[in-house]
Amino acid sequence: MSFPLRIERRLRQPWWLSAAVPAGSLVVAFCVIALVLLATHHPVGHTFTRLLDSAFGSRRSLESTFVSGTPLAFTGLCAAVAFRMNLFNIGGEGQLYAGAVTGAGAALVLGGVPGPVSIAAMILAGAAGGALFALIPGLLRAFFSTNEIIVSLMLNYVAALVLDYLIFDSLSYWRDTSTPDARVFPQGKMLPAAATWPGLHVGLVVPLGFLVAIAIATIVHVLYARTRFGFEVRVIGDSPRAAAYAGMRTRRKILAVMALSGAIAGVGGASQDGDFRHVLDPKGLTQAGYGYTGIVIAALARYNPVAVCAIAFLLGGLQNAGYTLQGADFPSGLVGVMQGLILFCVLGAELLVRYRVRVDRPSHRPGPAAPVEADAS
Amino acid sequence: MPAVSLRGITKRFPGVVANDGVDFEAAEGEVHALLGENGAGKSTLSSILTGLYRPDEGEIRLYDRPVEFHAPRDALDAGICMVHQHFRLVPTFTVAENVLLGDHRAEGRRFLVNPRRIESRVAELGRRYDVAVDPRARVWQLSIGEQQRVEILKALYREARILILDEPTAVLTPQEADSLFATLRTIAAEGRTVVFISHKLHEVQAVADRVTVLRGGRTVGTLSTAETSPRSLAALMVGHEVEAARRSERANEVGLPALELDDVWAKGDRGGDAVRGVTLQVGSGEIVAIAGVAGNGQRELAETVTGMRPPARGTLRVAGRALRGGDPRAAIRAGVGHVPEDRLHTGVAPSLSVASNVVLKAYRDTHVRRGPLLRLGAIRERAEGLIHRYDVKTAGPNVPARQLSGGNLQKVVLGREFLGEPLVLVAASPTRGLDVAATDAVHRYLREGAAEGMGILLIGEDLDEILALADRIVVIYEGRLVGELDASTATREEVGLLMAGGT
Repeated sequence: MSFPLRIERRLRQPWWLSAAVPAGSLVVAFCVIALVLLATHHPVGHTFTRLLDSAFGSRRSLESTFVSGTPLAFTGLCAAVAFRMNLFNIGGEGQLYAGAVTGAGAALVLGGVPGPVSIAAMILAGAAGGALFALIPGLLRAFFSTNEIIVSLMLNYVAALVLDYLIFDSLSYWRDTSTPDARVFPQGKMLPAAATWPGLHVGLVVPLGFLVAIAIATIVHVLYARTRFGFEVRVIGDSPRAAAYAGMRTRRKILAVMALSGAIAGVGGASQDGDFRHVLDPKGLTQAGYGYTGIVIAALARYNPVAVCAIAFLLGGLQNAGYTLQGADFPSGLVGVMQGLILFCVLGAELLVRYRVRVDRPSHRPGPAAPVEADAS
Repeated sequence: MPAVSLRGITKRFPGVVANDGVDFEAAEGEVHALLGENGAGKSTLSSILTGLYRPDEGEIRLYDRPVEFHAPRDALDAGICMVHQHFRLVPTFTVAENVLLGDHRAEGRRFLVNPRRIESRVAELGRRYDVAVDPRARVWQLSIGEQQRVEILKALYREARILILDEPTAVLTPQEADSLFATLRTIAAEGRTVVFISHKLHEVQAVADRVTVLRGGRTVGTLSTAETSPRSLAALMVGHEVEAARRSERANEVGLPALELDDVWAKGDRGGDAVRGVTLQVGSGEIVAIAGVAGNGQRELAETVTGMRPPARGTLRVAGRALRGGDPRAAIRAGVGHVPEDRLHTGVAPSLSVASNVVLKAYRDTHVRRGPLLRLGAIRERAEGLIHRYDVKTAGPNVPARQLSGGNLQKVVLGREFLGEPLVLVAASPTRGLDVAATDAVHRYLREGAAEGMGILLIGEDLDEILALADRIVVIYEGRLVGELDASTATREEVGLLMAGGT
């Protein structure tokens, strides 16, 4: 007895599907959420209004949404850049930490230099830190064919532990040891004032990091769409055999793309230091899970770098709304359920873009085999 | 009443018609061979019979009842079992556990299994059919021949009425093969049906009662083995009913050697020497065909010449200059063009546009780029030029390559290689799966290439094509060149027999 529904790959994907399916999936998600809210005796309409308001409704909520969305744009780009070549760098999380460490280090070393110098140095140092950290799985993949998914994933834990070690378990350069209080309650050194990234004031404050992410997205877009390098990346991603046939050097591309991917996450780490935290903050960085959300964003954006920035902003809004919604009358677990349902529906519906579901008509089925007279001979 | 009857089975894959109205019938109690070259449609047909693929058209009847398989399990329920060339066994399980694994009828569905009972049943079956294997042995400890016995035991345990074996002797020693043949005869003598897939003529003669020959996705005929000879089977397998136009004389002056191979050896994918000491010259303006049944080293030879496989020994020269082996880019620079066998995944990047695929190799050239930036306009122009020149039917240069039909895709590949102005062109089965019009077009372009002074190394099994195009025919068998024939005097039978390992 086989299931009468079958899932088949679409031979052609109508253009409107890629817009209609995400929109439809959001509708489904909100319907399911409405059911959950009804079942838990929360006002449906009111909750939805608050959700939208606290994400995008006012200047303050938009600013908070940028704060949540900025790191996600970086980790989303990090994933998208690598995934385009079928190189699954899951290590955006760890590479962001690495960039936060080197970025903060650069700011502390340079101290009182003028702001632009300090900011440029932080970006470069963050990129270098992330790139070097990403080259570990990159080199292992290119020269020993290890699985980059596992290596980069495991290195996330390594990076988190190193981060903790630098502030909590050692008297490292990053740790504030100036006062007796700071020795008892470990925390990072405050970065100098020159290392504070200025926001762009356009009625509301847009963090510099988000603008940097948009700039990187644009560069990546041109790089992948218009250059030799991008052409090779696309061919390797689509068919490694065709790439080898055309004489492309796959190994070098793996290293370059891993380094680029890690560098982007690293700049995201530096942006955390400069834009928001102004201190190397292990607890804050490791709690958020930026790297993993970035993978979801890359998938939702279908690895399109410009779309990554837009979706990072939207998901940032969703996260930010979650913080606002939860309270005495609205449990944080329910917020998680709502966010989860939205992601579940949107990601699940992706299947419908590439596959179609068909219902089988009942038809002739073979009866069970009659036993063969085995002793006939 | 035939046990299995397939009528008008058609199965299309993007760009290829794998089965084109195939008819096949096997009776109860017979060993029926399915003979054909690689690519003739045998594997597709067996996948249809085992429920892995659904035919686009046609009817399957078992014991005169029409059936439709929705999944492999339906075929299993109907009593069809297949022994694949690559075994489907769990190496860490015992023989008895593997036998039980695929059985979802009685014993296999129980929550608690009684290993004793299965082991004794397996041992009994092994004795009766002379395929004895220790039921408690773990599969990874067994030799390849013994693993095959486990596959046969699986089928017998499930009381298969129709047993399909896909090139079962490829992994066996001659002694093991003889023992297998005896087992198959025993199975058939009980009124079951054995379908034996092969491209080796003497085996078909040795074991089968009847044989159905497939060629190019169509049934060529069904014969009783008693009434045939290896020679006539070879002729059927490679085709003879249409005597194609052949080159009556050398079309072009043969110039200096474009490609020279001297004692070239190369390893196969699973180790072992796939190419064994090939020495060969292709003059410019000359078409040299390497004829051989697939799997005799011609693919590896093509890959060695084009730099995709490093030679283990020997030297390659293009237009007199030594070619560094194992580097496709060096081969491209030296002027080696390549029309690969797998055009959809090697010849093109399937999801990328036709235009991108037109510059798959030329993207490094200065006329399609300015510094690191690609000149998309120039690329588009180049693609439009190729589409026009080679009459490619496509909605435009931005269509993904995978949406092109096989013939149009091949024109893109061929046109791209010609735009690179190669000195040597390696063309591997360039018309496999193409329709008549596309085949003609490809042949015409290859002749034009030779007329312009290219040295063409044509690799394939299609003797019609080889006789129509080649100046010289070289036959490869088990990695060695076993004969050279002048294409203007060679007969199809001569070549076919050499290809099948006869002398």
